[in-house]
Amino acid sequence: MSGAAGSSTLPSDISARSGEHDPYRVGRHGGHGHGSTGSGAVGPASRYVTVTYGFWIFLLSDIIMFSAFFAGYAVLSGATAGGPTGRELFELPRVAIQTGLLLTSSFTCGLGSLASHRRDMAWTQIWLLVTGVLGAAFLVLEVQEFAAMIDEGAGPTRSAFLSSFFALVGCHGLHVGLGLLWLGTMMAQLWLKGFRDDILRRLHCFNLFWHALDIVWVAIFSLVYLLGASA
Amino acid sequence: MLGKLDWAAIPFEEPIPLIAALVVFLGMVGLFAWVALKGWLPYLWREWITSVDHKRIGVMYIILAMLMLLRGFVDAIMMRTHQTATLFGEGYLPPDHYDQIFSAHGTIMIFFASMPFMIGLMNFVVPLQLGVRDVAFPTLNSVGFWLTASGALLVNLSLVIGEFARTGWLPYAPLSELEYSPGVGVDYYLWAIQISGVGTLVTGVNLVTTILKMRAPGMGYLRMPIFCWTSLASCMLIVAAFPILTATLAMLTLDRYLGFHFFTNTAGGNPMMFVNLIWAWGHPEVYILVLPAFGLFSEIFSTFSSKPLFGYRSMVAATLFICVVSFTVWLHHFFTMGAGADVNAAFGIATSVIAVGTGVKIYNWMFTMYGGRIRFDTPMLWALGFITTFTVGGMTGVLLAVPAADFVLHNSMFLVAHFHNVIISGVLFGAFAGYTFWFPKAFGFRLHEGWGKAAFWFTLVGFILVFVPLYVVGLQGMTRRLQSIPVDGWAPSLLVALFGVAVMIAGAACQVIQLFVSIRQRDSLRDETGDPWDGRSLEWSTPSPPPAFNFARLPHVEDEEPYWNIKQRAIEGQPPEVPESYQPIEMPKNSPTGFVSAFFATLIGFALIWHIWWLAILGMIGAYATFVVFAWRDEAEYEIPASEVERVDRERLETRQAWYKRREEHA
Repeated sequence: MSGAAGSSTLPSDISARSGEHDPYRVGRHGGHGHGSTGSGAVGPASRYVTVTYGFWIFLLSDIIMFSAFFAGYAVLSGATAGGPTGRELFELPRVAIQTGLLLTSSFTCGLGSLASHRRDMAWTQIWLLVTGVLGAAFLVLEVQEFAAMIDEGAGPTRSAFLSSFFALVGCHGLHVGLGLLWLGTMMAQLWLKGFRDDILRRLHCFNLFWHALDIVWVAIFSLVYLLGASA
Repeated sequence: MLGKLDWAAIPFEEPIPLIAALVVFLGMVGLFAWVALKGWLPYLWREWITSVDHKRIGVMYIILAMLMLLRGFVDAIMMRTHQTATLFGEGYLPPDHYDQIFSAHGTIMIFFASMPFMIGLMNFVVPLQLGVRDVAFPTLNSVGFWLTASGALLVNLSLVIGEFARTGWLPYAPLSELEYSPGVGVDYYLWAIQISGVGTLVTGVNLVTTILKMRAPGMGYLRMPIFCWTSLASCMLIVAAFPILTATLAMLTLDRYLGFHFFTNTAGGNPMMFVNLIWAWGHPEVYILVLPAFGLFSEIFSTFSSKPLFGYRSMVAATLFICVVSFTVWLHHFFTMGAGADVNAAFGIATSVIAVGTGVKIYNWMFTMYGGRIRFDTPMLWALGFITTFTVGGMTGVLLAVPAADFVLHNSMFLVAHFHNVIISGVLFGAFAGYTFWFPKAFGFRLHEGWGKAAFWFTLVGFILVFVPLYVVGLQGMTRRLQSIPVDGWAPSLLVALFGVAVMIAGAACQVIQLFVSIRQRDSLRDETGDPWDGRSLEWSTPSPPPAFNFARLPHVEDEEPYWNIKQRAIEGQPPEVPESYQPIEMPKNSPTGFVSAFFATLIGFALIWHIWWLAILGMIGAYATFVVFAWRDEAEYEIPASEVERVDRERLETRQAWYKRREEHA
């Protein structure tokens, strides 16, 4: 490199301070030439930020998965193949109770998070337990609804509409179920190990997860049940 | 007890797969026995299998990719030889087997060769280029790798136990529904891809978080090396596209296992929705593969032209442009489905527009070389081979983007030639270029140049000889996936293609020989300085191979090419900044979580394929237990004492100083 020594102005003459006079720096010296652009001046973020940020990215991907199921439902919602329609099947009172249970559980989950900020073991556990019980009650209602539909001969094998309904709502239910397993495991861990940094990070991630499930449920409630029952 | 599994699952009447599998199996047993006898198993377990070091995981990804590349290549050889043989007789593959071969070829090459190769390179290089010590989630990284390996294992298991899908590499419904594919082939496909898909998603999340949240101090977004940018774009596509694949395959699974009607012909199912959904993932997938390759070619063009990359910002813009537009072109895979002229036109235009982003890159690479002092080392040869052949492949793609032309060329060998033209020159040449480029960084010695150059020329010439004739037969009307070819007029082209395969085999042989020769001659190929190519980004400031902690102190970044400028200052005689004291470093502890969870994932997959429900439940309990054991551990990190950090860093500084001095004298 330094073979082309001296004051040659050949383009290949790249030296230590070529940054200032490199003719090829087209577009590299814009308005932000000084100081770093974007975040990054301070180096790697803290563990807490990294973990929760990563979990946000995961949640976004999870929501994209739900959106594929929503798209499937949107395409197939009219394909009842002569079978029952949403209007005949959906019981809005039950869905209203389910919605109430899940939204309340999000609220109690938030209270649990506040209690954990105070490092208050008893209240954290109580609120997490309430969250879990409400989530379980939601799940029981959903399973009952599914069982009743299958009994009436309106199971997922009846029509493409019902296939997409069971898959979408069931996928949400599966998430709630796995969330309950996670919650129970974490409560035990919190009980035995106390408010350790990594456990607090996981609690925070669980909060994010639980709220995301709420958002998905609100979409299911509006797009599947409300629209379906009125169509 | 064993679900659908019985002795009939083992294809005793088909000698080819059985013998092949036997050879592979004996090879694996032999290798295992050899390693065990040498007493290396504890080392392997401690240093590799349970390793959470991003460099080790990257290397393991690439080893897996290379093995699968060979497997996929054998499939390709069988397809070419069989097709040519049917010009003169019956060939040697019955239709049933031939269909499995082309399905396995595509599946393996995309999911288990190209993906792990690119992910391996990203894993190895990105943290080093960012100037940090590891990825955001080291254990999850190991989980991701082992789940990918688990998927690969399932696909290869289908060779001996049961069968593989006969549906092509994307199991189009309704052919893939239970009614038309009652065997376990599609189930193997589904569970293998779902398991490895989880691994890929985890890696995508991991690298996005790493790139956005963990960079050396001062490294703003527009100071990141271009490979980090393209890795970021690729991983964002993974995060945004792979969930669609997961959902689509889950729907097909529900259809097959529980009698749902997503894609069936009956009860209102919609097979066209499968094609739409799978390509809504499938087209971004193409860019997931090729974007990292674009990034590493950029690094190579700049390094071997001894110049900064031309148009860095336009390169970043073009990358993100491709990243976004890649989600708006999926319909060009099925113009013939009948969406109508308006829809086809919109997607045709979007497809032509995405080529503009790639065009920007091609010009930037050419201007990077212009006026530079080009060195023709093997990585640069691959890059030059790429830029010439990829442009042709890209242009045939623009041709296919015209719906009217596509109606003629759809599902023809022209299409096959097109996507092999872009994917071999883009992804495969990229993989080989990156492999040669960063090999010395990973192992501390270079690959043998002579054999590398031979491999390049054989592969390039063979590649052209195979696929140019396939363009021709495509235009003559030959469709893809033909088990038997009764047309004499196609014979000349197919014979040339067959000869090309022989040349490519020579290329592959050269690669294998290169690796062996390089290992044997490692002392003379040793990379003493850690900077064998006169590199420009931070990975070259570390010794080769880098220590577990990568950097004794995180570098402070002041511009786009931090290492280049440090180096030039040192060559000009400026003394390096030697830290007065070193701090101890905390690094993540090794963990068998990845290996164990992949073991259970394999069990679950195998059990579900064969309907062995109790085993699937057992596997799930095991996977949950693994997760709990990992969550329960009390110490996640170990400390490297300051004295050790100091020893490693002083050694690095001394070699560097000696080298700079030599260069100064030489100049």
